[in-house]
Amino acid sequence: MKQFTYTITDALGIHARPAGLLVKKAAEFKSTVTVDNGVKKGDAKKIMSLMMMAVKQGHNVTFTIEGEDEDAAAAALEAFMKENL
Amino acid sequence: MIICSGKSVLKGIAIGKIYLFKKQEYILEQKLIEDVEAEVARFEAAKAKAMEQLDALYQKALKEAGEEQAMIFDVHKMMLDDGDYLENICNMIREEKVNAEFAVNLTGESFSSVFASMDDEYMKARSVDVLDISKRVVNILAGIVDGGIDSEEPVILLADDLSPSETVQLDKSKILAFVTKNGSANSHTAILARSMNIPALVKTDVALLEEYNGMEAIVDGIEGNFILNPDAATAAKLRTKKEEYEKEKAELLELIGKDNVTTDGRRINVYANIGNTQDVDKVLENDGGGIGLFRSEFIYLGRDTYPTEEEQFKIYKEVLSGMGGKKVIIRTLDIGADKQVDYFNLPKEENPAMGYRAIRICLDRVEMFKTQLRAIYRASAFGTAAIMFPMIISVNEIRKIKEIVEEVKAELIKEGISFNHVELGIMIETPAAVMISEELAKEVEFFSIGTNDLTQYTLAIDRQNQSLDNIYDSHHPAVLRMIQMTIENGHKGGAWVGICGELASDTTLTKTFIDMGIDELSVSPTYILGLRKTIREI
Repeated sequence: MKQFTYTITDALGIHARPAGLLVKKAAEFKSTVTVDNGVKKGDAKKIMSLMMMAVKQGHNVTFTIEGEDEDAAAAALEAFMKENL
Repeated sequence: MIICSGKSVLKGIAIGKIYLFKKQEYILEQKLIEDVEAEVARFEAAKAKAMEQLDALYQKALKEAGEEQAMIFDVHKMMLDDGDYLENICNMIREEKVNAEFAVNLTGESFSSVFASMDDEYMKARSVDVLDISKRVVNILAGIVDGGIDSEEPVILLADDLSPSETVQLDKSKILAFVTKNGSANSHTAILARSMNIPALVKTDVALLEEYNGMEAIVDGIEGNFILNPDAATAAKLRTKKEEYEKEKAELLELIGKDNVTTDGRRINVYANIGNTQDVDKVLENDGGGIGLFRSEFIYLGRDTYPTEEEQFKIYKEVLSGMGGKKVIIRTLDIGADKQVDYFNLPKEENPAMGYRAIRICLDRVEMFKTQLRAIYRASAFGTAAIMFPMIISVNEIRKIKEIVEEVKAELIKEGISFNHVELGIMIETPAAVMISEELAKEVEFFSIGTNDLTQYTLAIDRQNQSLDNIYDSHHPAVLRMIQMTIENGHKGGAWVGICGELASDTTLTKTFIDMGIDELSVSPTYILGLRKTIREI
């Protein structure tokens, strides 16, 4: 299992567009990707679940990645978050 | 004549006939299904067709309305492909043996109600998207084709609210304005109206009566009025108002790309004040020469901990690269007084306007200050950055700031991080700074006069105290002499001088400021072209 925490800097939080991109990124890997902002948990491979978390700017979001390609997935997702959110 | 009021999302006036937009009527039936697997397959086929339609709509929207509009259909595709959503539908068909139309509709409604109940305006508005994808699939299943506008001449479209699919399918050349009973400033109708640049009212208190169809009406996006069946006098008045508004707007738009130069050849920089990254688009649209005041407070507000260097760097970089090399003056943290943040743990003060605020906090909490400076210097490699410091009262403060800046630069050099030259300036907003402006000018490259605080401190009038509003006079001769003195002393000491407070956009004073020798005026993006017009007429 791999974990990392990221603080959202995007002014709109995880809104529709980045949520869509994040789902695409997570879907590239076999591992399960769970997102937790301390209030709700969501599945990074499901856009509605992600959007319903209503992640805002300044939220600390913890990613938990589990599966055979977890190392690569964690690195790619962390880079994605830094780049886009 | 009936006058209704709504929330205007775009200024402007439209006159024409009403077209009442009706949703396609479809009566949903619940049926018992024998062969559930065949029904699931029927759903899968409809879903595949919906995906194809969304692809086509994406392309259409991309061509007609641009990427922002088009993106929503990409999001729709992902929503329609969402694991939870699909599972819910298939389970309903299999376990409750219901028809696909019924399962899709109910699933759409239940997911949509979750969004609608969220405590977030943006997410609330997304409930429409879920209903929209569900309706698309139901329509395919039921064989319904969506209709367009059945009218020869352009119309004022009156609707309850419009879904993204409905807005993109509309024939844009036939729409003069939008009026919706529901919707919000974030709704797709509002976004579309802005991208089409036509008047639109949302949340309008109008009934959607069949008899309104074809009725003459006026949408007044300036006042937020929707006037049905106007009488002759009202119609004439608004027709004149429409002409005046359009003439004025066209005149301002013609000023894009022109210089801010007076008839006798004096040139002034007109920059913009912004408070977040999204404002950059507005600055560029209105042809701002740069950003004269980038308030950095929003980075610190609405959160529980100090923003990190990385978070700040990304924000500054976005603005600097967005401005494509034009100057961006970032004002360092100006918290305290009327802007309070819990995690700063600031003590309660009797008189916060004269208390522990702005640069006073920064010079006390040096690590926090350095984090901001490092982020700005790193971002400076991506454009033309300048920094200004608020609430300065002494030469000593600037010397201290410059020492800290030198430390930050030395650290970055040591770490091999590149940065560009960053102009350093100060806000002139205290009478003390004005009185010693000649000495201050020798220490910095520019001054920016914050007229709101300068007026408050010069006149000893609390800006927040409403009972003093009648004597709060920013045109007071004392204030104007303060400004004159600042400009003269600034120039003597080799600094250029600008104004970023509210007075900068007061066009009754533009000539006075130019005569005093002002170099730059920084105003809200929407005032840029109006100010340019005033300058060009001097």
